[in-house]
Amino acid sequence: MPGPTLAELILSRVSGREVRAGDLVIAPLSRVMVHDSVIDAVMAGMKQLGKEKVWDTSRVCVFVDHAAPAPTPVVADSHRVLREWVRGQGIAAFYDAGEGVCHQIMVEEGYCEPGTVIVGSDSHSNSYGAAGAFGAGMGATDIAVALALGRTWLRVPESIKVTFGGKPRRGVTMKDAIMRVVREIGTDGARYACVEFHGAGDLPQGDRITLAGMTTEMGAKAGIVVGTPEAPEWLRPAPDAVYVREVSVDLAALEPQIAIPPRVDQVSDVSEASGIPIDVVFLGSCTNGRVADMRQAAEILRGRRIDPRVRLEVVPASRRQFEDAMADGTLGKLSAAGAVVGTSGCGPCLGRTGGVLAGDEVCFSTANRNYMGRMGSAKASIYLGSPYVAAVVALTGVIDDPRPYLEASDAQFDALVAQRRAERGERGAASARSGDRSRQLLATMPARSAPFVTGIEQED
Amino acid sequence: MARAWLFGDDLDTDQMVPGRYAPFMVGQDKFHTYAFCDARPDFAKTVKPGDVLVGGENFGCGSSREYAPAALKKHGIGGIVAKSFARIFFRNCVNLGIPVLESGDAAALVRDGDDVSLDIAHGVLHTPRGDATLRPLAPFAREILAAGGVVAYLREHGDFPAVR
Ligand code: SF4
Repeated sequence: MPGPTLAELILSRVSGREVRAGDLVIAPLSRVMVHDSVIDAVMAGMKQLGKEKVWDTSRVCVFVDHAAPAPTPVVADSHRVLREWVRGQGIAAFYDAGEGVCHQIMVEEGYCEPGTVIVGSDSHSNSYGAAGAFGAGMGATDIAVALALGRTWLRVPESIKVTFGGKPRRGVTMKDAIMRVVREIGTDGARYACVEFHGAGDLPQGDRITLAGMTTEMGAKAGIVVGTPEAPEWLRPAPDAVYVREVSVDLAALEPQIAIPPRVDQVSDVSEASGIPIDVVFLGSCTNGRVADMRQAAEILRGRRIDPRVRLEVVPASRRQFEDAMADGTLGKLSAAGAVVGTSGCGPCLGRTGGVLAGDEVCFSTANRNYMGRMGSAKASIYLGSPYVAAVVALTGVIDDPRPYLEASDAQFDALVAQRRAERGERGAASARSGDRSRQLLATMPARSAPFVTGIEQED
Repeated sequence: MARAWLFGDDLDTDQMVPGRYAPFMVGQDKFHTYAFCDARPDFAKTVKPGDVLVGGENFGCGSSREYAPAALKKHGIGGIVAKSFARIFFRNCVNLGIPVLESGDAAALVRDGDDVSLDIAHGVLHTPRGDATLRPLAPFAREILAAGGVVAYLREHGDFPAVR
């Protein structure tokens, strides 16, 4: 038998027998994550099971982040029920509105022990692979069962090996790297599979969350980074492990990447998308809402005001990221540039609260999804990319390669910004012209096999 | 005999029950009446208990919403046979007690509206144009399905079936 992949290794270890892809295991869980948008269904599931109490209060983490603070009385009621439930259960790890996005806190507060299995009521629970844990998202009944028993059933996934080599050039980030991978693999190319990242273990934790979390956009069950600082020595895939697919990305040759609405896997180099006008920029989410991301944006802005025709919404991923960005002056710079700074949490990422999109508006987002209707009106469209590109868009009103802005002298910089703003044309024209450009771009891309789906394992 | 409802590849859960007809929008007793309301407006009115859904690749992709398969269960469908299933949909179906069976040849053999019969025990779907082979279910999944879903199973046994 060939040696184990990381997923096989972890699932063998927790289930107490040697398993390989395709086997079923009953996996004991080190944590269960629950958030506000599914709590009613989870509570109903536990009631049906006849279990009132969670199996271990010290292993359950609960978050109010998806619609927080409550935007409507109905949501407020559901939050109240959630708080009462948490108190009644005696769960200490409770993060109320304003503490931040569940996944960011799960990783940054050290809840994701490497080599263990964690399930969450959210599709981006794959993020826990940033620390070397096997994290998977599940539906309400599964989470209710997990809370009651502390175990879940899993089919051991096949693995896809993604190897990064080289160092990205200035202005290119791991967001670009993972979008390059999604471009390669497609929205369901990693269905059922675990995406194993090699050559990324030494990256900052935030970059590793970006990588692991976006494996969800390829349909993966989990995404795990090999060789993280948190991981013990034994947590390594075998050299002869079997992979269903291998993809490598040369970071040194990588260009900034842009996803064209409404698919995450319709990705082009930024150069092909330059000049597309944008109305709203969202800098945030579990994918890119950290202080490092905000710093990259501030670095581009150089103390200038954003284009008056653009709204810039900045939402820190957690209170810790918010406070770090306050302490080093980054948030002050973003605010001075004209950004609206929102409550730490999911913000407008899923279109429930905090600045949702109007019909025909065009958004540039640093998050992970651009499906129709994801951030508000179904008539709005969403481009995805890195914080560097997001800041350029806020500054100029159009998509552009961030690298010249980073290299330019002050005079060149201002000339470049003025030129791009002038080219953008009149206010109100953004949506129509963006639509034409995105259709042109899509026409030049190889067609994806699947039709446009409205959401891969989308929270709802 | 049962009617076969034929679907293509990449059928997403938004088509099964659009988000605007979620149980919390229209009520627990109503949401299943909107099953396939846009994609197959005749479905909810004419589907009969025991009917079989047949599909291609990636059946049930899209949103993880459990109320999509729950709506099919409320209509009492006999099972779903597809080339492959999306991950969360597959889990949700097993957990809810809906037989989900992979078959390489069913989609090609079946025409919409065919009289078919699903014989899970023998691993075949009988169709007017011959038998489609079903991949055997793991014993674990069979036990959960036999109990009517994971909640029923756990209420009865208190723990998961043994994995073999
Ligand atoms: S993807 Fe968006 S909505 Fe989902 S957890 Fe991350 S920030 Fe929240």
